[in-house]
Amino acid sequence: MARVKAPVEEAEQVVGKAAPRLDAEAKVRGQARYADDLSFPGMLYGKAIRSDRPHARILRLDLSQVAAHPKVACVVTPKDIPGENVVPIIYRDMPLLANGVVRYVGEPIALLAAETREAAVEAAALAQVAYEDLPAVFDPLEATRPGAPQVAVPAAAEGGNVFNHMVIRKGDVERGFAEADVVVAGEYRVGYQEHAYLEPQGVIAVPEDSGITVYGTLQCPFYVQNAVAAVMGFPLAKVRIVQTATGGGFGGKEDVPSHLAAMAAVLAWKAGRPVKLVLPRDEDIATTSKRHPGLVRYRTGAKRDGTLTAVEVEFYYNAGAYQTLSSAVLWRGLIHAAGPYRIPHVKVDGYSVATNTVPCGAFRGFGSPQVIFAHESQMDELARELGMDPLVLRHKNALRVGDETATGQRLTESVGLPEAIGRARELSHWDELQDEVAAFNAQERFRRRGLGASTVMYGVGMGAKAPLLDKAGAYLKLEADGSVTLAVGTTEMGQGAQTVLAQIAAEGLGVPLASVQVAPVDTSRVPDSGPTVASRTTTVQGMAVLDAAEKLRARIVGAAMEMLGCPKVVPGDGRFHDARDPTRSVSLAEIARWMWAHNWDMAASGWAEARPVDWDAKTGLGNAYFVYAYACHIAEVEVDLLTGETRVTRFWAVHDSGKIVNPETARGQVIGGIAQGIGYALMEELPAEGGRILYPTFTAYHIPTAMDMPDEFVVEFVEASYSGGPFGAKGLGEVPLMASHAAVANAISAATGTRLRAYPATPERVLDLIGRGA
Amino acid sequence: MRIQFRLNGRPVAVDVPPGRRLLDLLREDLGLIGTKEGCGEGECGACTVVVDGKPRLACLTAAVQVEGKDVLTIEGLSEAGQLDPLQEAFIETAGVQCGFCTPGLVMAAYALLRENPRPTRDEVRAYLSGNLCRCTGYAQVVEAVLRAAEKACPR
Repeated sequence: MARVKAPVEEAEQVVGKAAPRLDAEAKVRGQARYADDLSFPGMLYGKAIRSDRPHARILRLDLSQVAAHPKVACVVTPKDIPGENVVPIIYRDMPLLANGVVRYVGEPIALLAAETREAAVEAAALAQVAYEDLPAVFDPLEATRPGAPQVAVPAAAEGGNVFNHMVIRKGDVERGFAEADVVVAGEYRVGYQEHAYLEPQGVIAVPEDSGITVYGTLQCPFYVQNAVAAVMGFPLAKVRIVQTATGGGFGGKEDVPSHLAAMAAVLAWKAGRPVKLVLPRDEDIATTSKRHPGLVRYRTGAKRDGTLTAVEVEFYYNAGAYQTLSSAVLWRGLIHAAGPYRIPHVKVDGYSVATNTVPCGAFRGFGSPQVIFAHESQMDELARELGMDPLVLRHKNALRVGDETATGQRLTESVGLPEAIGRARELSHWDELQDEVAAFNAQERFRRRGLGASTVMYGVGMGAKAPLLDKAGAYLKLEADGSVTLAVGTTEMGQGAQTVLAQIAAEGLGVPLASVQVAPVDTSRVPDSGPTVASRTTTVQGMAVLDAAEKLRARIVGAAMEMLGCPKVVPGDGRFHDARDPTRSVSLAEIARWMWAHNWDMAASGWAEARPVDWDAKTGLGNAYFVYAYACHIAEVEVDLLTGETRVTRFWAVHDSGKIVNPETARGQVIGGIAQGIGYALMEELPAEGGRILYPTFTAYHIPTAMDMPDEFVVEFVEASYSGGPFGAKGLGEVPLMASHAAVANAISAATGTRLRAYPATPERVLDLIGRGA
Repeated sequence: MRIQFRLNGRPVAVDVPPGRRLLDLLREDLGLIGTKEGCGEGECGACTVVVDGKPRLACLTAAVQVEGKDVLTIEGLSEAGQLDPLQEAFIETAGVQCGFCTPGLVMAAYALLRENPRPTRDEVRAYLSGNLCRCTGYAQVVEAVLRAAEKACPR
């Protein structure tokens, strides 16, 4: 059972304050060390030799010229792998190096390590591979047809190429549609989205202490530890993973670093030297995970007054050649398919399908943005059919405390959605805004403005699909001078976790934030804390930090009472005061020295696990997540009718993520998520042909620049406190992306008068909408 | 070949092969790892340094091209230990998240403020549009630049 902790009694001092980020100074000085910034004596440069076929048998692999290159130190083929040839993620279908058959362009076949980066590239080109091409399939629907080439490793699939088929069956959807006065239906398509973290993937494996240490840019050190141990045949205790500064993740560094680290480890072990493996940008885009392309079909019914009666959903995600995280991504899509609404009759069928393409994986939102595009489009289509204001329709159906979600989960607390919709309406002056936009459109010949809204819910944490991973450990040490070292098992990748966790520690200890230092994440410091994903860090890791802080604080307070000879002390100004006579006090440094001199235990470990969840795979019903976060976004866009170019001009975002620990970093998360959503909706497109990513570069794949952002942002938080989170906090990280793109899509549809049904809304696609609307 | 130039205010003389990128000279030969490689093709701006007062992409600049010039990297901006007002402003506005694009953004902003000490919001956005950031959505970055400009020359 998860333990529930009450927030500390004293007034909050650090939590809720816009404290500057702990890592900001090193970063602005250029002193933060990212993966490629580290070097070790004798270090080699690793490189993967990759398949250039989407599906083929390897007839012959000749690496003699590679090995003969004067600067090549070693080559590795599957027979050199000391342990198992597998990258264990959820399933065990993906080999470290292709085992006789390649299933996607870019799949690693062999490895080499060379004295220089340039030599590694040169040598990789000398590999001779003879293939026998096999029939390949790239489209998920085609892959499900009888007679389609078999891509999925059968043990990892439910049948044929269907990795997973998941359902929700709530109520009787036909009855729900029979009760409806209005039914809308639509099909929506989305392509890849590339993470485009600015720091490419990179790891360095160092053989040492009879084991392996891997340094790298990564989100999930314990995943990496597990993969390296499997591939090396080592006990976990001989594998240590240390996170370097990490230049963005967004899910892209969830599972991929396991593969890279395992490759580097095998090379380093064979060479007996450190091996650095950093991907050039084109290799990174072409061969690592992305957001799943999807085909999504919806039917939604409502009564004349707007009350939703039924929703029916069928969606297909193109998983790529191996399972990696697809079953979890599909599950989140499934649970989120009905949106943040009260709907009595729900039927959802989700499929993840294997094709001969690069495996897709985690990306902020994790399978939900694809269905959110659809459900939020459906809400606007319904509003139009009903002649209702889209915000009124959303507010009317929004989940409230006491309601049941689509999986039949009764919401007992912390549902800030109706309030968020109300605040977004007020902040944007929604009614006046409509008039303003109408006046603009009446006046302009070649420009049209449009407004769009979206509302979303987000299940915080791993949920009932992976409850075993929803835990975290923490270690807090009071140093002899009164400074505090905090070690945690979840990572800072830019989102601000380090600062927020330090704030929670400081608040829990009753000490100033400045005294807390967060140690680099290292698997040898704390127990397996699960992955840094699912917007769970503040909530779950935060509770572990608070647990450690409460234990250590009891000792600090005990020491202070002995030192002052009083029965009660209170913290303030970095000191602990005699409660009866506040003029008598001791500083934290004095307490620490006293504890040290009296041989007291000056460290405490903390532990947290998420509250229990449950789910029945047959019906899709259950308590899917321990709590949900919510948001309402409003976007204003301006479309150039002549060029089809779209700009987002103004944006309003209201979030309920419970207590906000740091308003300034939270604001940064929201605006950054909006930027990624704007990119998803408007410009991010990664065409592929025959399983090959055609243009894996930033020249061709455009992410938003400062010029593409709205001229005006309003961000606000409504804080519906969650009793299971530290000081009432829930998760935030993924939610802004999830909400933003759909608001932009609805705004474009409003501006053009035609429903946008595919991302991205490039100028060509928008001109097509305008043409059809005319 | 041997080249001489000024790096962060100090004279430097180094031997470089003709094709070596300024980025590799800085990072690998001289150990200045604050300048980052994000794409290697001049699209992301993470490797922006200031050469004779102008922003330059170190991944597209041959090392030999800086012969006789004045090169400023992120390390040179706070060399005496004192943060530049721009660096302070990035900290204050939370214009830093993952931080990988930050050195490039700060150097581009530094060049902007030399050219145009009191830019408008739109001028900042336009000038920084060659520097990609995937985390922040730029709002707090732009605020940082405007704040530093305001501090350096108040109206």
